[in-house]
Parts: sequence; C-alpha cells; structure tokens
Amino acid sequence: MADIQELKRIASQVRRDIIRQVYLCQSGHPGGALGNTDLFVALFFEVMKHDPSFNMEAHGEDAFFLSNGHISPVFYSVLARAGYFPVEELKTFRAIDSRLQGHPTTHEGLPGIRVASGSLGQGVSVAAGMALQKRMDGDDRTVFVLTGDGEQQEGQIWEAALFAPHNKLENLVLIIDDNGQQIDGPTREVLRLGSFADKYRAFGWDIMEMDGNNMEETVETLKKAQAKRNGKPTCIVMKTEMGMGVDYMVGTHHWHGKAPNEEQAKNALSQLEETLGDFPAEGI
Amino acid sequence: MLSLDKLQSTGKKATRDGFGAGLKAAGDQHDNVVMLTADLRGSMKSEDFINTYPERFVQVGISEANMMGLAAGLATGGKIPVTTTFANFSTGRVYDQIRQSIAYSDKNVKICASHAGLTLGEDGATHQILEDIGMMRMLPGMTVINPCDYNQTKAAVQAIVEHHGPVYLRFGRPSWPIFIPEDTKFEIGKALHLSEGSDVSVFATGHLVWYAVEAARQLKEEGISVDLINIHTIKPLDEEAVVASARKTGAVVTCEEHNKYGGLGSTIAECLSKQLPTPQEYVATDDTFGESGEAEELLEKYGLGVKDIVAAVKRAVGRK
Ligand SMILES: Cc1ncc(C[n+]2csc(CCOP(=O)(O)OP(=O)(O)O)c2C)c(N)n1
Ligand SMILES: [Mg+2]
Repeated sequence: MADIQELKRIASQVRRDIIRQVYLCQSGHPGGALGNTDLFVALFFEVMKHDPSFNMEAHGEDAFFLSNGHISPVFYSVLARAGYFPVEELKTFRAIDSRLQGHPTTHEGLPGIRVASGSLGQGVSVAAGMALQKRMDGDDRTVFVLTGDGEQQEGQIWEAALFAPHNKLENLVLIIDDNGQQIDGPTREVLRLGSFADKYRAFGWDIMEMDGNNMEETVETLKKAQAKRNGKPTCIVMKTEMGMGVDYMVGTHHWHGKAPNEEQAKNALSQLEETLGDFPAEGI
Repeated sequence: MLSLDKLQSTGKKATRDGFGAGLKAAGDQHDNVVMLTADLRGSMKSEDFINTYPERFVQVGISEANMMGLAAGLATGGKIPVTTTFANFSTGRVYDQIRQSIAYSDKNVKICASHAGLTLGEDGATHQILEDIGMMRMLPGMTVINPCDYNQTKAAVQAIVEHHGPVYLRFGRPSWPIFIPEDTKFEIGKALHLSEGSDVSVFATGHLVWYAVEAARQLKEEGISVDLINIHTIKPLDEEAVVASARKTGAVVTCEEHNKYGGLGSTIAECLSKQLPTPQEYVATDDTFGESGEAEELLEKYGLGVKDIVAAVKRAVGRK
C-alpha cells in the first residue's frame, strides 16, 4: 500500500526544488513543472520499477519519457531525489557547463534521461518504439510517456496514435497533461483540442481519466494502467492545474515560461514545506 | 559610405523587435500580407501587426508542418504569407514541407525565424539551431537572409515582402546593439560595405557583425586594416563584392553564428575556390551542438567572441 502522506511530503520538496531552480537561473518553466509534480513523484517513488544506478536500456525496468521537455525542473528534481545524481547538482540548472540543460538531453550523460526532448511532439513515437522493443525482447515492463495538451496539436502525435493500437502496444501508457493552457493562451482559444478521450478511443486506445493533483487517485490510476494487458495501449487524460502549489501561479498561463523574482520566489517557498532539505545554493 | 567611426551603437534592441516593426510597416503597405504563428506570437514581437490587422493573423497552434502547408495554400491564391516560429521549428522540423510545398512549388512564402543560433541562451541545444542556413541555402530558389541588428531586420522584412519568391529570414532573441544607420538601404543580394580596408576581408552576418566591427576597431589600433563587409543575404551571394574584396586583400575571415559547415563560411569558400582561391579562416561553431547558458557567455565559449575574430584575422593575414 502506498504511503500517500510520504509521497505528498516528497512532492512538497520537489515543488521547492522547482521554484529554486528557475529562480537561480532566472529562466525555465515553473507552471507546467508544478502542475506535473504529483505525477512524477507517484511514478518515481511508488509506481515504476526503476534503478537509479541507471541503465539506458532499461531491461526488466519500467521506462519513462518526457515529451514536453520544457517542464524539465520537475524531472531533474525527482531524478535527483530518487538518487540518479547528486541533489546539489540542481543548482546548476540552465547554467553554462551543466548537465541540467534547459531541456533534458542525453548529450551530457545525465543519468535518468533516455532521449532529448524540447522540440515538442516527438516523445510518443520514441516511447512506442521502446514499447515495441520490450515486446520483441519478451520484457513485460511498461513504458510511460508524458505530453502536454498543447503538444497534442503536433501531427506526429497522431501518427504515433495510429501506430500504437495497430501494433497492440499494451505495455504503452500515454499520459496527457490536460491543463487547458499553452503559450499563447488557453488551448481552446489557440487551437481547440476537443475531447482527448473520444479521439483516443476512436483510434483504438483504452482511456483512463484522473486528477493529476490528487496523489491517491494518481497512484491508483497509474498502477491500473501499468498492470493492464489486454492488447490495447492506454491513454490517461490527466487533469492538472498549471502552477499547482503556489497560489499566484495556479490556473494561469503567465508562469508557463517565466521565473519568479526574489520576492515572488520567497512567497512561493513560504507556501511549500521543506521536507527533505533544500539543495544548497547561494541567495535563496 | 559607411566607416568604422560611423558604426556606433545607438542603443539595444532585439532583431526580433526589428522583425515586428518591419512586419507592421509591410502590413501597412501591402494588404495581402498574412502572418501565421505556431503558439509563439509573444516571442515574435508582432503585437502591433496582430492588433492592427487581426483578420490577417492566423494562429495555427503547435503545428508547424501544418503552418507551412497553409502558407503554401495562402500563397497559391495570392496572399503573402509570413510564417513565424523559432528557427529550429521553421526549418529542420518542417524541411520536407518547405521543400515540396513551398520551394519546389515556387510559392511566395516568407519563412521568418526567431531565436536562431546560440544566443537564444538558456533553452539550450534542442532549440539552438546552428544548421539552418545550410539547410535552407541548399533549397533551389530559396533566398536566405540573416540581418545583423534591429534596423537592418526591420528593413529586410519590407524588402522580402516586396520580393517575389520563397525567403528564409533568420533573426534572434537577445537584445543587441543597434548600429546600422536607419536610412541604410537594404537590397536583397547586395553586400553592405561597412568599412574600407586593405589587409584582410572580413565577411560577417547576423549578430556577429557587431563583434566584427569591434574587432576591426581593435585591429586598426594594431595597424591591421580590415575590409569589413556585411553579407546579410547569404543566398543569392553578392559574388562580385566578395571577389573584389578578396582580390584587394588576399586574405579572408568569415563570421557567423552557425556551424562551420553549410553557412556563410562555406558559401564564401565555394565562391572563392572557383573564382579566386584565397586563404580563409572561419569564425563559426566547430561542428557541435550548443548548450544552455547566457548569450554572450555562449558566444565566448564556442569561439565566436571579438577576440576570436581578432585571432582569426591574424591567422588569415599570416597565411598570405
Ligand atoms: C515543435 C515545437 N514548437 C514550439 C515549441 C515552443 N513551445 C514550448 S512549450 C509550448 C507550449 C506547450 O503547451 P503544452 O504542451 O500545453 O504545455 P504547457 O504550456 O501546458 O506546459 C510551445 C509552443 C516547442 N518547444 N516545440
Ligand atoms: Mg498545457
């Protein structure tokens, strides 16, 4: 049984890490990172079978791909807190000579990253490729991939959406961060996406829905998707609030790609309990 | 005639701001200019155009391939579509759509690309395209322009709208010195002579033109006279100006915020190797991806600083 209280404590620290990373380099994407924190904590601290000593090939392990690479600060924090690399390294986010690039990359050899992302729309194909590899090799573990909702406007997504059910990739779980926001405004104003559930169902996927800011529900849904083997890939439509955890960042697109100033950062941190110890950094 | 002392910084603005100003001006003059964007309207600094001509603004969402096809269709019926997004998503992401529906099909589409090169900074290598000039230059019939400051970018937008044919216009994110006098005429395919000199030809494009000006000043102090030429149009190249300068000086340096393969340096080398083989040094990235960091610190780390231009000039002169 999952210790939901413990997961929430970790999530609080991860949210602090996000704010402190983007504050220190004065760039990056806090909004989506905060909204997806509970998902990342559930995956890496409860749901996935994974090894922080990191093997690129992930044989016998679950694998996770981040397609919407701009929310990297949450990925980095969770990887560090799970033991993939030293927590102290979080302070180098987006600085020159760092392994913590603005968007995640394998190029600098950061443990935990399996493919570069940042240019949107490519991750579902990569995840489907690895799901196929696992099946070819008789490895029954699951491949998870996260995309943004705005990201779903990319055509390549729908090529992968056809491929996965056609090839019965039952070990593939696509999670869509349905926060209703993208850079130029609400998704319904920029380019209406309609019902993800209806679309993916019509393409041949199993649909699950969850509140991605409810830890209990998130853990439960992910575990169900992970265990399911019925010849169909799974699409989880996950409702989140951009900026979740910091009152003035919630529900607006303003904080998609903007760092808080000192006062704002302090305000944000005052709302988030330090549970595992902040990574050391000067000035915050 | 321009000269080193006339090239003074009068303030700083991003070249993408010049794009926005140029687009508004071009929109005022030509009512068939239509702007498209793929969820990056804010980054393109074009609110003036969008607010004045909302009926000529098309938001396509995050779907660049679709945007290129839409532009080809709009152009077919007589519009002058201006596509806008970051340089990576304007080129590599949609190369075949550009190749088939725009270049091969002779469509009058203006591909306007911000955040080119290393200087977009912290977003890092996924976004920092250093190969776009090469890719776009290889497309038959494509005009390729990389302006160097706010004023030149603004003027370039008006020129490309008046030019018939596909164009790739590449500009950047950071605030950058404005030094090209406002009344300087922008002619597609015509090199801009910035300063007369006799010892070495420096051909520069984009943000690095300012660094080349600073390098030329420094070199002048040291007694090296630079023939400084701004190649804003990489294709078609002003071969006449390039050959004339190389003939005069006998040594060449090229400066660009791009990989050493396929960009300005390659373009000049291809021209001179045929017409007038000349020792040439490259100031360009050394076949590498970029990384996160601040704009100027990245230019320095990747060998694109003023001191790198000075050193390249000395090497070139030494090879005469
Ligand atoms: C191919 C591509 N086009 C454009 C961008 C620029 N961009 C980065 S994030 C973003 C918005 C993404 O929206 P969504 O997926 O909903 O993520 P959220 O804003 O909710 O975090 C855009 C357009 C990009 N990174 N890649
Ligand atoms: Mg979104």
